[in-house]
Formats: sequence, C-alpha cells, structure tokens
Amino acid sequence: MAKKKETKLDFGSKWDYSAAPESAGHAEIKKEYGLYINGKFVKAEGGKKFASTSPSSEKHIAYFAEASNKDVDKAVKAARKAYNEVWGPMAPKERAKYIFRIARLMQERAREFAVLESIDGGKPIRESRDVDVPIAANHFFYYAGWADKLEYAFPGKTAKPVGVSGQIIPWNFPLLMAAWKIAPALACGNTVVLKPAETTPLTAMKLAELIHDSGLPAGVVNIVTGAGATGAAIVNHPDVDKVAFTGSTGVGKIIQKAIAGTNKTATLELGGKAANIIFDDAPTDQAVEGIINGIFFNQGHVCCAGSRLFVQENVKDIVIKKLKDRLSTLIVGDPMDKNTDVGAINSKEQLATINKYLKIGVEEGAEIYQPNCTLPKKGNWCKPTLFLEASQSHRIVQEEIFGPVLTVQTFRTIDEVIDKANNTPFGLSAGVWTDKGSKIFNLTTKLRAGIVWANTFNKFDPTSPFGGYKESGYGREGGLQGLSAYVKLN
Amino acid sequence: MSRLEVQKTYKIYIGGKFPRTESGRFYPVKLKDGTITNICLGSRKDARNAVVAARNAFEGWSSRAAFNRSQILYRIAEMLEGRKAQFIEELMAVGDSKASATKELEASIDRCVYFAGWCDKYTQLFGSINPVASSHFNFSVQEPTGVVTIIAPESPSLLGLVSSIMPVIAGGNTCVVLASENSPHVAVTFAEVLNSSDVPGGVVNIITGKEDELVEHFSSHMDVNATIYCRNKHLNLIKENASLNVKRVSDWSDKDWYRDGDDPYLLLETQEVKTTWHPIENIAGAKSGY
Repeated sequence: MAKKKETKLDFGSKWDYSAAPESAGHAEIKKEYGLYINGKFVKAEGGKKFASTSPSSEKHIAYFAEASNKDVDKAVKAARKAYNEVWGPMAPKERAKYIFRIARLMQERAREFAVLESIDGGKPIRESRDVDVPIAANHFFYYAGWADKLEYAFPGKTAKPVGVSGQIIPWNFPLLMAAWKIAPALACGNTVVLKPAETTPLTAMKLAELIHDSGLPAGVVNIVTGAGATGAAIVNHPDVDKVAFTGSTGVGKIIQKAIAGTNKTATLELGGKAANIIFDDAPTDQAVEGIINGIFFNQGHVCCAGSRLFVQENVKDIVIKKLKDRLSTLIVGDPMDKNTDVGAINSKEQLATINKYLKIGVEEGAEIYQPNCTLPKKGNWCKPTLFLEASQSHRIVQEEIFGPVLTVQTFRTIDEVIDKANNTPFGLSAGVWTDKGSKIFNLTTKLRAGIVWANTFNKFDPTSPFGGYKESGYGREGGLQGLSAYVKLN
Repeated sequence: MSRLEVQKTYKIYIGGKFPRTESGRFYPVKLKDGTITNICLGSRKDARNAVVAARNAFEGWSSRAAFNRSQILYRIAEMLEGRKAQFIEELMAVGDSKASATKELEASIDRCVYFAGWCDKYTQLFGSINPVASSHFNFSVQEPTGVVTIIAPESPSLLGLVSSIMPVIAGGNTCVVLASENSPHVAVTFAEVLNSSDVPGGVVNIITGKEDELVEHFSSHMDVNATIYCRNKHLNLIKENASLNVKRVSDWSDKDWYRDGDDPYLLLETQEVKTTWHPIENIAGAKSGY
C-alpha cells in the first residue's frame, strides 16, 4: 500500500508576527552590585566580583560581588543579631505588616522586575510578567497574613521560629524562588541569608534594594552573591539553623550529607522527570496545549517540567501529528519580545548539557524531531525537541535534561502507564489528561509525586504546596504546609 | 511426674512469616531466672528480604480505606489485651517488676487505640483545600512516604516498639523494625499479635539483632524511603547514609514514650503532601472557585 501523503499546516509567511519588544528603558541597572549585609550594600572581601551576561544578547549586564567565607560569616552574624534583638522579639502582627509592605512594593515595581528577569535569565517577558513576578509578590502577600496566625496552623502545638535560615536558590525562577524562601521564613519569625544563582543575581539584588526601601530592620534579610563556594559557606556555617535549597538532586544530596552531623534542618526541592500522561479519551487539542506548556514553559528549565510524555497507543499518531504542528508554530527568540514562546537557554553550560543529551538520545536510538525554526545568531538557543520512540531504559528518559526536550513513549493500559510513570527515582510532579473523573482520581492517587496536574500543567499559587517525593527532595513550599519548614513545634 | 514445659523458639518476622535468620546465627539473652534464650542474630540479608516484603505490601496497605486501617489497628489493641498475661510475664522475665510491666503493657495497648483513631482523621486535620487565585480546584492531602526502617528504642522494649510502629502504619506506610537488643522477646510476641490481627503480611517486619551490624543496611538501602531512629549512637551515620537516596530521617531518640507518644505530628513525619489541581470550567465569565 502506498504511504498516504502527510498533510501539514502551512501558513507560509502569514504566520510571522511583527516584533513586539518590551521596552527595557524603564529598568535601571547599576554598573556594580554589592552584597546586602546588615542593611547595607557592601563590597565583597578583597573586592572580588563576577560579571553577569545576558544569555540572549550576550551583552554584559553588571558586576556582582563574590562573597567569601568571611562575607558569609558577616551575613550570618547579622542575621543572628537581627533574630535575637529585633525580628524574633517583634510582635507577629508587626512582622506581618513588613511582609505585606514588601509585597506591595513588588507589585508597584512589577514591570521593572519582569524586564530585568528576562534580560538576566533569558525567559520570555510574557512569563516573567504573568507568572514569575506576580506570583512572587503574591507569595509575600500570602505569607504575611500567616505571621500572627501560626497558633491556628499547628493545632495542639506552639510554633517557634527555627532561627537563622540559609537559603540557596537556582537560576530558573530567580525572583520567584527568592520569594518562596524568604516569605515563609520571615512570617514564622526567622531571619535569612540568601544566595541567588551566579548566572541570575540581578533580580535578587533588586529585591535587596526593595527590601531596603521597605524599612525592614537591618540584618533580617541578607543577600549574598557568588557561586558554589559561597553556597557551601552558607550550608556549612555553624550558626545557620536551617538550610533551604532548590536545585539539582546531585547538589541536594551533598547538602544532606554535609549537614548530617549537625542539628540543622533542611528543605530540599530537587530535580524531577515528570510523566505527562494522555489517554485516548482526552480532548486532544487541549492536551497538546498542556503538553507544550508542560515542557517548553521557561525553555524546560523547570524541575517539575512534563518531560516524559506517555501517549495511549491508539491516539499516538494524531497526538504526535498535532504536537509536531504545534511545535512548528512556537516562536523561539528574543525574550523581550511579547510574541516569544521559548526564550534563551540560561547559560552556555546549560546549553552544553542539553546538547549532550540530544546527542545521547540520538545515539540511544530515539528518533529526534525538531521544527524548522530560525534561531537568533547571538545567544544560547535550543530548538524545541521531541524524542519519539523513546524507551524506559534510555538515559534521556531517566535523567533530568532541564531543557526544551520531550521524550515520547506509548502505553496500552492504566496499570502499565502507572508503572512506567513511577519507575524513576524522582517524584516531583505528574500530569494526567483524560475526560473521565474517576480515571483522574485513580491516577492521581497512584502517581508517586508531590504535585499532580489533571487536565492542566505547570500551575503555581502561593496557597498551593509544592515539593517532591523520593529523590525530588523533602519539605513543602507554599500554602499552609509550607509553614512547617520554618517552625519548631513544642 | 511433673510435666516438662514447652519452650518457645524466638524467630524473626518477615512478610507475615516467622523464619529463622537466614544467617543461622543467634545471640543468647539471659533471663532473670537464669534461663538462656537464643535470639536470632539478624543479618543484612534478613534486612533486605524484609525491605522486599515491605515494598510488596506497600501498595495494598496504602490503598486500603483509612477506616479499614483504623479497624485493623484497633484489632491489634484487642489482641494485645487478650495476651496481657503473656506480655507481662515476658517483661518480668527480663527484669521488670510486675507493676512496671503492667504499666508498660497497658500504655502499649492504649497507644494502639490512640493511633487506630487517627487513621481516618489526620488528613482531615492536616490536609487542605487551597484557594488558588486561578480557576482551579486545588487540594492537598497526606500520603505515606513508603517503606520505613525503624530502629526501635532499646527500652521500654514493648512500649517503644509499639509507639514507633503505630504512627508509621497508621499513615499507610510499611516498615522494617529492629527490636530491642536486650529485651527482644516481647517484639517477637508482638509479631504474633500482628499476625493474628488482620495486619497483612509485610506491613510490619521485625528483625532481632545488633544495631551495630544492621544500622548501615537499615539506613543505606536504596528502596527505603525513610528511617526512624530511636536510640543514641548512630544518628549521624544514618543521616549521612540517608543522603544516598534522599531518605527522610526522624530522630526520636529523646522521646519519653509514656509522655510523648500520643502525638499525631509523629505520624506526619512519614507522610508526603500531595497537591492535585484540576481546572474549573468558566462559561460566559461566570466564575466559580473554592
């Protein structure tokens, strides 16, 4: 039988959009940023600094101080002093008002933060504007209200703050992760030393300025920039009571081991390899949109990204066809353009990692598919990628790639897909697409993951706890349950 | 002619069966009256077999109705009550006074009843419906962490054992437990109670032996999700090994089990929080939400 000719959507040049760039003129960037310690912006010991570059334009952005052990020590001492003398003893309802004020300031300056986040990190302005910044502000607003209500959050117990919290955050949601960590810590009466990732320090330092403007007492929040060594100095500092880390499972394990001989507590938000499962009774178009959002949101630099697609075998052809069609309409390019769907890969290193996995996938025998899209000449870019005919034992299926790469597998029965979905050391998130309610609940109860999105994906909210099972870490951030990490119960 | 008493062989409890240790080893425990009892000196292989049994039992146990788990835990209390005399005798045989043995046994029975009652209540108390700002129904509920290893307290040997197991299985986990080294008899007898209480095989597995030998395997096994430590020698080692696969570690070394055991927050230590999202349809701008 002759092979049927495949029909394809072809809009020709009619699909092209005119450029719609967001203006960056409004956002002020200093030449150099210091460390924010004890309410002051100071240089690092010996004046050490590093540069941050835009991953899309490759332009130099600013210099940032590189904090040494001594600088971290100063920050921890400031946090301890503020904890003992100011923040700890303060009436909870007064603490609340400071946090509300931070939320309001962030809402007022939302546009500036969004622009800077996209310049520094490479994510599309639509995402910084509509997701990162508003949810960050809302996080402060949500947790502010908890500060004077903790007695209701822990029935039968008295909640006391843990003390000084050392917080290390990744480069994929720089401002949002800072908010996830700082807001509940402050609400519960802790003080903070936070380190942003070395490739995305800009909005964290802007947040330091905002916190300074809010009048928050000196030392309550300290922000130090630097790379792995700075992070290690925070983790290993003897006067840090609690470590909160978001990042790779590899580093998470090192941290867990490093604090094993201490009384420090930790919350770890680590890697993921989420299954996104589509059944034959799912509304296909909606599901395909959800799959696209699940993996290409923020270039796939998302620990909860739906990076493993499971398609029920009898709808495989139509789903893959629609996926390919949709892929060809994705606009990859300038993060500052409001039309952009997929922005820049955050760093050269990360691009190298993704390219390594693309090579591995091909070598393992999976079938690679990338749309015909033009990429900007400068900057770090990766075409949205599908790996068809992937199998459970492939490294591209087992390991976290952290880029716009989706593996596609098929299944026949529910039991089979549950087994496959759970057959991973990770357990952060999962997605289910079906029209049948009872099937949804059958799956959501059996998928071993901290967040299950049914007929949706990659949704976040301050009231909704986030965190993983198994090697995706422990502890929750967000919601009522997110308070537990920052209190001691008596 | 007087009748010769039939003595009991103390064995370990794995997957609902009472095998001897596969290692064939034993260690002697001398009773107050001078009798020597040979106790199984559990091995690494026993621990691994027990983890396999616990993993196999996990799906069934965790997916039982909470109400059903509640009834089974209550049944444990009933069985314990019925064998009161035997437990008191065993505790006295290792040196307890009658008063203290009775007190310990009664507290152990009450502990079972206490956690039986929690099975179908803790998710109501600690779960939540989350009022997200978008048009979604969103709720969070506790789910069991998985397979839990427990190094039970050296003493009180029965109350400590019961108090460290109950919060774990009430929450739908399965477990592998190391019994008190010097007073292991009640642990083996407690396994007989479990065996006759409708607790499915593999939900609780009890091994007797030396902490120094087994602590490594209890804490480094890659298919164990959490470890509870109730003694005071190896906490740092356990926490270090836990980092191999991001195990959750609970330090229950300083608990006074008469005072601190009635506490639902102990149960929460081997629970995960799962959050589920589903969209809510909006038609013609008519919004609804929770």
